[in-house]
Amino acid sequence: MMKQRPIWNSHAAGAVLGLVLLLTFVLTGHGLGASGAPTAIAAAAANVVAPAATQANDYLGWMVEGGRNPLNSWITWEVIGVALGALAAAWWSGHLRVRLEGPPRANNSGRLALALAGGILSGFGARVSAGCTSGLGLSGSATLATAGFVFLIGFFGAGVLTGLLTRRMWK
Amino acid sequence: MTFPMGLAGPISGLVCGVLFGYVLQRGGLGNGCRLTAQLRLQDWTVFNVMFTAILVSAGGLYVLELAGVMHAADIFIPTTFLWATLLGGVLIGVGMAIGGYCPGTSVVGAAAGRIDGIVFFAGLIIGVVAFAGIYTPITPLLGAAAGPQAQTLGDLLGLPAWAVLAILTGVAAGVWWFTRRSAASPAITCAD
Repeated sequence: MMKQRPIWNSHAAGAVLGLVLLLTFVLTGHGLGASGAPTAIAAAAANVVAPAATQANDYLGWMVEGGRNPLNSWITWEVIGVALGALAAAWWSGHLRVRLEGPPRANNSGRLALALAGGILSGFGARVSAGCTSGLGLSGSATLATAGFVFLIGFFGAGVLTGLLTRRMWK
Repeated sequence: MTFPMGLAGPISGLVCGVLFGYVLQRGGLGNGCRLTAQLRLQDWTVFNVMFTAILVSAGGLYVLELAGVMHAADIFIPTTFLWATLLGGVLIGVGMAIGGYCPGTSVVGAAAGRIDGIVFFAGLIIGVVAFAGIYTPITPLLGAAAGPQAQTLGDLLGLPAWAVLAILTGVAAGVWWFTRRSAASPAITCAD
């Protein structure tokens, strides 16, 4: 086990994250993202399970059109990179450990159910807004796009309201 | 040399992703305890990291454009679809308060060994399939109240970019000042 190191100061971490995001704009012309990867996985998986329905679907159809592989995209490689980078960081800072986390008041099956429900809402929501906290909230706002800040208002507004209402689960 | 370079291949994806994942984990943003503590207003790490990153990146883009080596027209600026943009934010905010993560941070949490992070990510895939299932009937909602193409806050408010950056810096500094005690609250103990 590596020696446990505390997390970085939040403003230092933010400054480094800002430089990584700037580098991404310089290299690619767009920012960082995340929800495009589960979207690509959903299209690829649906195309295996129900190819006819997937190819006829208005949203997923073009991603698998003509035998195209939706997984072969910049965002999929980026998210694979995110997992590798986070793995290295967790290992070197002594925080790599298999565990099931969640509200202290919830038992293991409750935690799994909450994580799954939250993921479903989030995956659906990211398609509604055509971007998530990374692609729209962070990268969109870094271009000073109105859309980025509209997203963040909805995200923090509803998130804080739900967070305060569920405060007792975390006692 | 002019930027952006227009890279779209696996190498640039992996490089940007590795750096992104490393910083998110070391900044404490792969931890559902800390992410939801922000939404309970008990820990301000998420706000400070995100807002600082937005300002540094926006400031860098401003300088590169001022120097004439990069042009705003070559950068992807998302367009507002008022109801869809807002509703997506609402669902992702509720999803984080309930499930602990957002799409990117669930990958970070999962990579550090969190089973709840893996389950959250599986939920994302289900959510996309559900969306695809009702996409056709909700198309009018998704495109409703569209703003001008690639509109920035400067366009909206009729202000130059440097003034928008100055106002946002003031907001970030103000929030940090008023929350600096709870940012270091001993009531919250989230390891990483």
